[in-house]
Amino acid sequence: MTEARDGRVDDLRRRSQAIRARDLRMVYEAGLGHIGGEFSAIDILVTLYFGVLRIVAGDPTAPDRDRFVLSKGHSAAALYATLAEAGFIDPDELATFMAPMSRLNGHPDRNKVPGVETNTGPLGHGFPVAVGMALAARADGSSRRTFVLTGDGELQEGSMWEAAMAAGHFGLDNLIVIVDRNGLQQGDFTERTMRLEPLADKWRAFGWAVREVDGHDHAALLQTLGAVPFEWGRPSCVIAHTHKAQGISFATDRVEWHHHVPSDSEFRRALAELEAAP
Amino acid sequence: MTAVAARAELFDCRDAFAQALLEIAKADVRVVAVVNDSVGSTKLGNLRTEFPDRFFNVGIAEQNLIGVGAGLANGGKIPFVCGASPFLTGRGLEQIKVDAAYSNANIKLVGVSSGLAYGALGPTHHSIEDLAWTRAIANLTIIVPADPIETAQAVRAAYETDGPIFLRTSRMPVPVVHPPDYRFRIGRAAMLRDGRDLTIIANGVMVSRAVEAAELLDSVGISARVLNMATLSPLDSDAILDAARATGGIVTVEEHTVRGGLGGAVAETVVTEHPVPMRILGVPGVFAPTGSPEYLLEHFGLTADGIRAAAIDLLSARDAS
Repeated sequence: MTEARDGRVDDLRRRSQAIRARDLRMVYEAGLGHIGGEFSAIDILVTLYFGVLRIVAGDPTAPDRDRFVLSKGHSAAALYATLAEAGFIDPDELATFMAPMSRLNGHPDRNKVPGVETNTGPLGHGFPVAVGMALAARADGSSRRTFVLTGDGELQEGSMWEAAMAAGHFGLDNLIVIVDRNGLQQGDFTERTMRLEPLADKWRAFGWAVREVDGHDHAALLQTLGAVPFEWGRPSCVIAHTHKAQGISFATDRVEWHHHVPSDSEFRRALAELEAAP
Repeated sequence: MTAVAARAELFDCRDAFAQALLEIAKADVRVVAVVNDSVGSTKLGNLRTEFPDRFFNVGIAEQNLIGVGAGLANGGKIPFVCGASPFLTGRGLEQIKVDAAYSNANIKLVGVSSGLAYGALGPTHHSIEDLAWTRAIANLTIIVPADPIETAQAVRAAYETDGPIFLRTSRMPVPVVHPPDYRFRIGRAAMLRDGRDLTIIANGVMVSRAVEAAELLDSVGISARVLNMATLSPLDSDAILDAARATGGIVTVEEHTVRGGLGGAVAETVVTEHPVPMRILGVPGVFAPTGSPEYLLEHFGLTADGIRAAAIDLLSARDAS
């Protein structure tokens, strides 16, 4: 790996830790939020916003911008913190997360927050909309790409497979789905709740080119997401293996941290860990 | 068979819809169609032949249908998302709420074969809940045109108006009720006939029957105003309140359940602003028995004679009180 690449990866890592700390504070202060699935997704979000997406914060509706859709809309705090880090919204506004009349609802609203492409929250919505975005880009002969971040539990929604079937059928090689494969959902492990495996085979069977990656390894994410489309004529699926609440040792991979709000002492311990991380 | 229907030529409004959409698509490359296999039932075969690159068939998948439409709108297209109304609205309701209305996508949802149009195919295929479901959703314009003239204009109005719109059309043959110089406007009721004694408010397939009922009433000395409430949302409350004040009684008629549709919308306005006696005609909260569309409309009294009887009942009750 080159020195420049090393520096870039260090930069991404630093941003991830800063966004984790900001996210933790947002959820702690709001008394609501989804730390588990936000911390599993943050390294992916950071790699996209600071290494992959062709977007300009000052021109969030430029017609040929890449599109990013957070299909797992309950990770909104992580998205807001990332959008603030990227200059789409004022970082001071993050303190209003879920407060009365804030633009920063518990799930993202495109009519209020610049950089949000479609409203998500109920699972199974963002991905079909992203298929339409990719169809529009192709109809325009545009080189813009559409990236979608889905939960793994979200793949239990039937609409996700309607969308996967359509994208495969249409051969949308300008569409990239990243599955935040943290293995947990609100109530239990995904495999105990409703089995998803063999997940890569399912995507392949629907006509997708699939790669698996460590979803917390910025260098690997950068390399993988920089290599799309994996195959011309096929949509790309990245199964990103992640951990819920990654970065907080006592919360990692614990099911209750799906939407657990940290106590005062948990907040202080978690913040200390994040600030001490390399 | 009543007088007007016997003498009038009848039209399937899907033809007017398909023709209007084809004309708009010829003039504006942003216009695209999205269907759920329903190429024949939406009568969009010509559009598919003419513009294959702007015609997206997502297969039998209504959730994805609406999501894909919203995504096309995000990409600057003006998508007409078309399917049989029971499935478009029933299966895709949360997508209508979130991807279309709450996201404020510039998407046009076209539900064909609505109401009782599928007749003997049975209640699975009847779409008599669609207006109640969609009317409950904020930021969604709902249009129920009455004849081919209004249907064509409604398609154009939907194209010209930014934002999410649900256009509910039928496949049931209807006569022309509007003059050639009629101008449809979103949110404005059309007074097809003025009257003093009561007002009949209808939309869609029921409008021609409301006009016939007013003629029947006229022959016995009762003067009925007829309003075509083609836009269900946003509702023309001025026209409703004017009717309540001027005529003192309202009969609503819809090819829909009596729960939460046109009658509900009118009643919400009347009861809070200027209460007058009402009768709400529609499907009375039941699954319909087996029968053709015509049979079922007769069965539920959704005919000129049924409307006439309800009007006389309302007037007798009002005069007795």
